[in-house]
Amino acid sequence: MFKRFAGALSATMCATMLVSAAHAGDVTGAGSTFVEPIVKTWAEAYSSKTGDHINYQGIGSSGGITAIKGKTVDFAGTDKPLTAADQQASGLYMFPVIIGGVVPIVNIPGVRPNQMRLTGPVLADIYEGKIRNWDDARIAHYNPGMHLPNMPITVVHRSDGSGTTFIFSSYLSKVSQSWKVRVGGNDSVNWPVGVGGKGNPGVSAVVKQTTGAIGYVEYWFAVQNHENSTQMASHDRVFLYPKASNFAGAASHANWTGTPGNAVMLLDEPGPTSWPISGASFILVDKDIADANKGATILKFFDWSFKNGGAMAAAKDYVPLPANVTAMIRKQWAAEVKSGGNSVYVAH
Amino acid sequence: MGSAMGSQTMGLGSVDATARINRGSWGESLFRSACFGAATFLLVALGGIMLALFVGGWPAFHKFGFGFFFSTAWDVNNDVYGAAVPIFGTIASALISLMIALPLAIGVAVFLTEFCPRVLAQPISTVIDLLAGIPSIVYGMWGFFVFAPLIANHIQLPLESAFDPDSFWGKFFAGVPNGNLLIASVVLAIMILPYMSSVFRELMLSVPASVREAAYGLGCTTFEVVRSVMLPYIRRGMIGGTMLGLGRALGETMAVTFVIGNAHNFPSSLFDATSTIASTIANEFAEASGMRAAALIAMGLVLFLITFVVLAIARLLLRSQKF
Repeated sequence: MFKRFAGALSATMCATMLVSAAHAGDVTGAGSTFVEPIVKTWAEAYSSKTGDHINYQGIGSSGGITAIKGKTVDFAGTDKPLTAADQQASGLYMFPVIIGGVVPIVNIPGVRPNQMRLTGPVLADIYEGKIRNWDDARIAHYNPGMHLPNMPITVVHRSDGSGTTFIFSSYLSKVSQSWKVRVGGNDSVNWPVGVGGKGNPGVSAVVKQTTGAIGYVEYWFAVQNHENSTQMASHDRVFLYPKASNFAGAASHANWTGTPGNAVMLLDEPGPTSWPISGASFILVDKDIADANKGATILKFFDWSFKNGGAMAAAKDYVPLPANVTAMIRKQWAAEVKSGGNSVYVAH
Repeated sequence: MGSAMGSQTMGLGSVDATARINRGSWGESLFRSACFGAATFLLVALGGIMLALFVGGWPAFHKFGFGFFFSTAWDVNNDVYGAAVPIFGTIASALISLMIALPLAIGVAVFLTEFCPRVLAQPISTVIDLLAGIPSIVYGMWGFFVFAPLIANHIQLPLESAFDPDSFWGKFFAGVPNGNLLIASVVLAIMILPYMSSVFRELMLSVPASVREAAYGLGCTTFEVVRSVMLPYIRRGMIGGTMLGLGRALGETMAVTFVIGNAHNFPSSLFDATSTIASTIANEFAEASGMRAAALIAMGLVLFLITFVVLAIARLLLRSQKF
């Protein structure tokens, strides 16, 4: 009985090993849930083209960082950039992969999508509980002619730790000294007021169900679910609509080449079309990859995705990186990512 | 082994008695140790879980000391964590849900044993038992998508704007709609109701018919029989059944995460958002590392111990109930 079981077990194990040996080009990544849909779309298209399987699990940015540091995955995705010093200390190299942004959403009777105008300081004071009613003079100041009801504001935030919250709270820190001192920016913060919803769908549902609510979601989520989003005042004091060209605008004004470790944040960037709450998502790989084949596969995959994945990204309401940024990243790949001292990236 | 057995069965007429006893005792001891293993496996697993939680949570216990249990901080930026809010939220939501569920459960049980026609009693009891089997996420979704907006838009928001914000009632109804302590407690109450009412029903059925009929014979009304004869008779068991409900309410995760509001603050009113240990762990664990993960694991140990104690008391009380 035991023997038979052991036999079956070893047979299964052999089969598993054979299967994994059949695809030497398989690599595994994990991390950011934000990039999961697009990385999976790219991976599927890439796999049907080359036969190399790219597995990605959206376990959260922190989980991804832990996994790549523990060498249990071949690459990791994170929305929260690792500092240059941290990358150095853990022997990791980080590059941006896609642009996204965060969009405030509201539920006020009579207010249609992209009608409400908000500025950074007003948004920060709403989230800090300093502005508690929609008929507040400061909201009215930026929305002349709009009927603002006497209605308490219900603040909605993410209850789970998330890169979205990291971008949003970091933005509030940048535009409000009071928020910076009292709350700060991170993937989960000590919210002064409000109610937490789990994930983009949770925040969206609470906002939709509560008259007088305000929340924030990822841009692609807002577009695909026709959320009642707002305009935001840019760094140049222009009111912008949340749309792809404005995220690209923010990306084009960022200082990509001068930021150590590529740890670029796209918050409150100058420029006429820079959506103020934008951010990049990043991929982490080992600087010294033990398996040269795997290293080559990872970089080939992202190289291919940069070249051919733009339309796929746009279809999913992600914003592809500007061409000058992808050119810079390709140069870095050749210089930074090695296996046994040799570069694993082959430009083609 | 096969050949030895073969030779024994071949000489059917002259089976060696000792061999048979030996064989029997060999099988017997195997069976015995298998059962022993099965029983100890659970204990070992339990101890292992507790040990793992303690080791995982040790950095938090070590850094924050006893202050961990009394601090309300949850500051990811400065890596300072305290468990006071979730511990309070866990106990408060569970106790409020008990206050709602207890009278309802007694009502259900009394109806089923005293008033309900026999043909209806069995189907109703079956339905109640089935309710206990509904996955908690279903209750959570119902609470989040149906019940919470109903309360928010038709009760809390109208009442909140009807009163001056600084008056007593204004403060009483202030808070966040769509996710607060009261909604979480009501959803929890509905979830634990089937457990409690089926335990109570069984207990009431266990009251000897002679005792009940004697009371009726003395001219007692049904209310008097229930209050003065049945409830005192099953009191200890009822406390045990209530504790079982409490145990479930304390550890409930998904349903509560949906509707409690997930704010790291003491609720200022019944209508304010807060969090429980289970909801905090569910929310934060995916992005947690280092000290934050340790704090969450430490809170897991706290929940483990609270639930363990409650269920141990429940067991003790249920066992001492004489049927």
